[in-house]
Amino acid sequence: MTTSKYDLVVIGAGPGGYVAAIRASQLGLNVAIVERESVGGVCLNWGCIPTKALLRSAEVGHLLNNLEAYGFSADNISFDIKKIVQRSRNVAKQLSSGVSHLLKKNKVAVIIGSASLKKKSGDEFNIEVFQEDEKYLNLKSKNVILATGARAKSLPSIVPDGKNIWTYKEAMIPNTLPKSILVIGSGAIGIEFASFYNDLGVDITVVEVLDRILPAEDIDISNFALKSFVKQGIKIKTSSMVKSLKTSKGKISVQIETAAGSEEVSVEKVILAVGIIGNTEDLGLGNTSAEVSNGQLVVDKWGATNEPGLYGIGDLVGAPWLAHKASHEGVICVERIAGVENVHPLDTSNIPGCTYSRPQVASVGLTQKLAEDAGYKVRIGHFPFIGNGKAITLGEMDGFVKTVFDSTTGELLGAHMIGAEVTEMIQGYTVARTLETTESELLNTVFPHPTLSEMMHESVLDAFDRAIHI
Amino acid sequence: MPIQILMPALSPTMTEGNLVAWLKEEGDNVVAGEVLAEIETDKATMEVEAVDEGVLGKILVPTGTEGVSVNAPIAILLEEGEDVSSIKGDIQSTVSTNPKSLQMPHEENESPVKEDVSIKSDTSRNDKNGLNPKNFSTPLSTNRDNGRIKASPLARRMAKHAELDLAKIVGSGPNGRIIKADIDQLLSDGKPLEAVVSEPVLKRPDTLSNVNYDAIPNNGMRKVIASRLSESKQTAPHFYMTVDCNIDALNLVRKELNEKVEGTKISINDLIIRAAAIALKRVPEANASWTEDATLLYKSIDISVAVAIDGGLVTPIIKNAGAKGLQQISSEMKDLANRAREGKLLPEEYQGGTFSISNLGMYGVKEFSAVINPPQGAILAVGAGEERPIIKDGAVTAATLMTCTLSVDHRVVDGAVGARFLSAFKGLIEDPLTMLL
Repeated sequence: MTTSKYDLVVIGAGPGGYVAAIRASQLGLNVAIVERESVGGVCLNWGCIPTKALLRSAEVGHLLNNLEAYGFSADNISFDIKKIVQRSRNVAKQLSSGVSHLLKKNKVAVIIGSASLKKKSGDEFNIEVFQEDEKYLNLKSKNVILATGARAKSLPSIVPDGKNIWTYKEAMIPNTLPKSILVIGSGAIGIEFASFYNDLGVDITVVEVLDRILPAEDIDISNFALKSFVKQGIKIKTSSMVKSLKTSKGKISVQIETAAGSEEVSVEKVILAVGIIGNTEDLGLGNTSAEVSNGQLVVDKWGATNEPGLYGIGDLVGAPWLAHKASHEGVICVERIAGVENVHPLDTSNIPGCTYSRPQVASVGLTQKLAEDAGYKVRIGHFPFIGNGKAITLGEMDGFVKTVFDSTTGELLGAHMIGAEVTEMIQGYTVARTLETTESELLNTVFPHPTLSEMMHESVLDAFDRAIHI
Repeated sequence: MPIQILMPALSPTMTEGNLVAWLKEEGDNVVAGEVLAEIETDKATMEVEAVDEGVLGKILVPTGTEGVSVNAPIAILLEEGEDVSSIKGDIQSTVSTNPKSLQMPHEENESPVKEDVSIKSDTSRNDKNGLNPKNFSTPLSTNRDNGRIKASPLARRMAKHAELDLAKIVGSGPNGRIIKADIDQLLSDGKPLEAVVSEPVLKRPDTLSNVNYDAIPNNGMRKVIASRLSESKQTAPHFYMTVDCNIDALNLVRKELNEKVEGTKISINDLIIRAAAIALKRVPEANASWTEDATLLYKSIDISVAVAIDGGLVTPIIKNAGAKGLQQISSEMKDLANRAREGKLLPEEYQGGTFSISNLGMYGVKEFSAVINPPQGAILAVGAGEERPIIKDGAVTAATLMTCTLSVDHRVVDGAVGARFLSAFKGLIEDPLTMLL
């Protein structure tokens, strides 16, 4: 059996792993990456990217259904779910081959197979790679980065079967369009699927155990999103739990316990979106002193585990479960391994989060509640889409931009947006936070007219009682 | 073998210095004895000469670096047939200084853009040719750039609120930028950096005011003057005694000496130095320093004489002045003052001293009180000699008077001691023949 030696072996080629591998190669390390499915990981193949492609189709559908508002009319508008899914798969495939090309260009050895750590020899890891349960390769390296990501969490009483009870994966590739779907969980994943299927005309019910949807967002965002989705016909049950599921004759009978009492809903499919759990199994962690806690690999701020030379990044090491967080952790981890000076740990308070539903949601930093709980005396800015010229020309008048400032220092503590294209705008506030600007710099920044981004300016003006257009 | 050029010690006590400027560039041929760079200590600027010949292969400590440790490698000299690739990475990593950029006027010639480009190309070179990554070093970082302190707007505002001086804070952000975390750290530590509440070095008017100003970055000398004299005024309890000296006789003796002895040009100042030295010999208690454990009575009379130079002053020393004749004092003083103005004094020529004289007579100053030059115990401030009315034998008459004020550290010199010194000094000045002995 072949044994190959590397400076660094990365296990998992998602947005954490492949970025880490490329950065390592840039820094002159001899690096291999092991991937058991397709390069690009869940993000690219089964997450961020294909869902965005589906949501784009839903958006086109929404526009078609509202053509008259823009002076058009059309008859016999129809769609084919198979073609929508096919487009989504093609997009994922195109990007996956793009990542393969990048890895090749950067001379990263890409090894397809499942990797498992064996006992170390000295300070060198022995990694066995399997293909279809056959051991076919040994790798040796002093440094290993685990970037194996995460998968959907199950509930004790609700285990996805792939047929009637879906996870994100099945929900992404339906053969036929169900008539009705119950979505359990109202985080970003649950809400995106609810929005997608609702725009395609599916009868949607969302069940959330907490008292509001998108519970990680600012409460104003949750409330606005709730109203917006209800207006679109989505049925939302907060402070509710699914008690039991019964399947018969292609129908699922769901018992839901709400604040008002017990009720029964009949749906065709259930999507389980109650969070994710790290892929810590089968990695041979038992042969190391690395620890796993609550389904997450335990690492320090640099990604180091208790085992010297063994690192972890991305979803495997915990929230926020975001591709961009994994990529940044990968770069930081590799730069530490390579001995680059002046590397800073990731500031997790400054990672933007986006939900690509209709309306879109984007936020960074502290919510008003968290800021107040932390003892800040806050100034709040608020600006609605209806006051923005570009929003009106687009016919997208629903939404707002909220900013949270520390009234003492003028620090932008957080920004929360809901409405059209806000996911493309949040980076402006993220840059501002990274540079540690105060309200003064934001107030003095010239935003182009007419753009949606002017609302970002007006929201800051509003926080300091200077809003012009409201 | 490439030869390491080390940071030289300009005096036995020197531990670090500032690399003011490189006079050679990487790739330049160098012969032994050629000047490579200028080094600055507290007060003097010195030249570093090449000992060997070769090609300046690599500059390790860039122009304008402050606080470079003695014996730290500052450059690599390549001998014939060697090229830059023969420089081992680990030589570079031995630079263990913690340098901060020094604001020198000539630094303005280097545009920040140029600096950025060089940083980038360095990094990409490292990235591509597969050097041992352990040796990667990002360029020496600094939170100052062309006199601007790099700090985030938020950090600036927080520092302003907490009355922290940004110039005294070491930034932990990219390229030494001062960020919120640095201020938080300082505030939560409870132990602020040294003298955190002191006035900012450069008082920056707030944005609403229209005060125009030029910010002259502080060089090493300015900072030493500031810190030592602040320390002196804040810790040494000063008191002052003033006498008027009639210098009519002194002027006559000086004139005669200069006329009669060929090539001699004794100045009033030389005579004052001589008189002070003899007075100290007679009142040795005034030639003293305070320490926590003991009062030090100096056995040697080393007189520091303040000399104004561009951007500040230095105090070159007439060593063992008590044992030196006028002519020697005069010629030494001329030489020291000339070299002081050129910035060419050796550190041991201005470090130390047991007593100081500051003479502003040539500017027409009538009298003033000087700040003691620590750790010395006293300083004599000399005003201009001018004709004033005096009463002699019951009648008003004219005389040339020079007012001298002695500033004394009361911890070591009491009023009576100071008075005895002044009286001895006045006696010598007014009866100059007695000091010629």
